[in-house]
Amino acid sequence: MTATSPQDRTALVTLRDATVSFGTVRAVRGASLAIHAGESIAVVGANGSGKTTLLRLLHGVVDHSGMRLLAASAPRQAMVFQRPFLLRLSVLNNVRLALWLGDRRLRAEARTDRAMDALRRVGLAGLRDRPARSLSGGEQQRLALARGWAVRPDILFLDEPTANLDPSAKKEVESLLAGFAADGMTLVMSTHNLGQAKRLAGRVIYMDEGRVDLDLLTADFFSVQASKRADLFLKGDLSWSSE
Amino acid sequence: MSAVADSIATAFRLIIGGDPALLRTVALSFAVSGTACLIAAVFGLLAGAWLAVAVFPGRRVVLLGLDTLLALPSVVAGLVVYLALSRSGPLGSWGILFTPPAMVIAQTILVVPVVTALARQVVVDALRDGGDQLRSMGARPLLGAALMLVHERWAVVTLLLIAFGRAVSEVGAVMIVGGNIDGVTRVMTTAIALETSKGDLPLALALGIVLLAVVALLNVVIALVPSGRSRAPAEVR
Repeated sequence: MTATSPQDRTALVTLRDATVSFGTVRAVRGASLAIHAGESIAVVGANGSGKTTLLRLLHGVVDHSGMRLLAASAPRQAMVFQRPFLLRLSVLNNVRLALWLGDRRLRAEARTDRAMDALRRVGLAGLRDRPARSLSGGEQQRLALARGWAVRPDILFLDEPTANLDPSAKKEVESLLAGFAADGMTLVMSTHNLGQAKRLAGRVIYMDEGRVDLDLLTADFFSVQASKRADLFLKGDLSWSSE
Repeated sequence: MSAVADSIATAFRLIIGGDPALLRTVALSFAVSGTACLIAAVFGLLAGAWLAVAVFPGRRVVLLGLDTLLALPSVVAGLVVYLALSRSGPLGSWGILFTPPAMVIAQTILVVPVVTALARQVVVDALRDGGDQLRSMGARPLLGAALMLVHERWAVVTLLLIAFGRAVSEVGAVMIVGGNIDGVTRVMTTAIALETSKGDLPLALALGIVLLAVVALLNVVIALVPSGRSRAPAEVR
C-alpha cells in the first residue's frame, strides 16, 4: 500500500527497486518510493528491519542496486545520526566545519554568521566556545541538529534522533523538529517511538525485513490493519512506547 | 664500585656545569632527530591518512611492507643511505656523506614508517567512529582522513613523540652515515659508544643520563597527553 502523493509536489528523491546488500545480507530489498518537498516522514519498524539503511540509501551514502533519482534541482541534504560524531573542536567550529564541507565557496564571515544562527536556533549559542564533546547527550543531539540545519538542507534525514535521550531532551529535540517542519523543511526520520511518529509525521513508512511493507498517511497507518506483521508491531510497541 | 660512583658524580658535574662538548653533542642530537621527525611528520602523516582510505591493487602488500619497515634495523637504514650517498652511489654528487644532513636522511628513513603506520591506524580507528558522518557532510575520503588527524591531534602528538624517541636513541644509522666526527657529526648515542670504548666513562655516563632524561621526559609528555583529550561524556555515554 502506498500513500497518495500530491501531484503538484516535487519528488526530491525517488527510489526504484533499490536494494542494499552487506555481503550476503540484504538490508533493503527492492525499495520503491518518493520523497516529496515539505513532507515529514517517519520510518518505523523493528530492530534490523532496515530503517537506518533505507535512510542512508535515500541520503546516498551507501552502495546500492536499482535506481536512486534526485530532483533536477539537486536538493541539498543533511543527515543527523543516532549517535552524532562530533569532532574535538568547539561547538561553533563543529558547525562551521559542516558548513565548509557543504559549501567551500561560503566566506568565513558568512560561515560564522550562519553557524551562530543555527546555534541560536537550537539554544546553544551560549555554549559556542565549549568543547563539543563536553556537552550532555541532549545538547550534543541539538548540536547535530544545528549542524544539519545550518547547511539549509532541502531534506533532513534523522536516524532515531531521540534515542538515548531523556524525556526532557527528547521533548526539546521534537520541538526543534516540529519547527523545522513548520519552516517547510522536508524531514525523513527513523524512529521506534510511534507516539513521535504520530506527533511529527504526515506519512509513515513501515519496514519489515528490509522491505517497504507499508507506506501510508499517518492517520491511515494508525487506523487501518493493513498488514498482519505491522499490526503485531503496533500492538507490541503501543503497549510500552505509544506515549 | 667506587669507580662507577666517581663516574656518576663526574657525569653530574659535567651536566650541571654545562660542559661545552656535552652541550654541543646534545644540541646536535636534538637538531638531527628533530629535523628528521619534522620531515617524517609531513610525509608520514599524509601517507598514513592516504593509506587509511586509499583502495588500490596491492594495498595489502604495501601495508605488509610498511609493517615490516617498522622493525627496520637502524644499521640497515644507515647502510642504504651510505650506499646512496657514497661517492660511487646515485646521490654521491650531493657530497653530504659524513655530514648532519646525511644523518637526518637516515633517521627520516627510520621514522617515516613509524609515523605512517601509527597515523594510518589512528585514522582508521577514527573513521570507524565518524567516517560515515563526515562523508554525509560532504567530506571526500582523503579530506575526511585529514580531518581525523586534526580530531585525533593528541594521538598524533603521541606518535610523533614516539618517532622522536626512536630517532634520538638509535646509534647504527648515524654512526654509519655520520662517521662520529667530533664537533661535526657526533651525537649522544655515537658519543656514548665511543667514550665507552675509550674508557671515558664520566662523559659516556653523562650523555647516557641526558639520553635517559630525554626518553623519560618524552614518556612523561606522552603520559600527560591523554589528559588533554576531550574524551568525555560523549564517549562514555
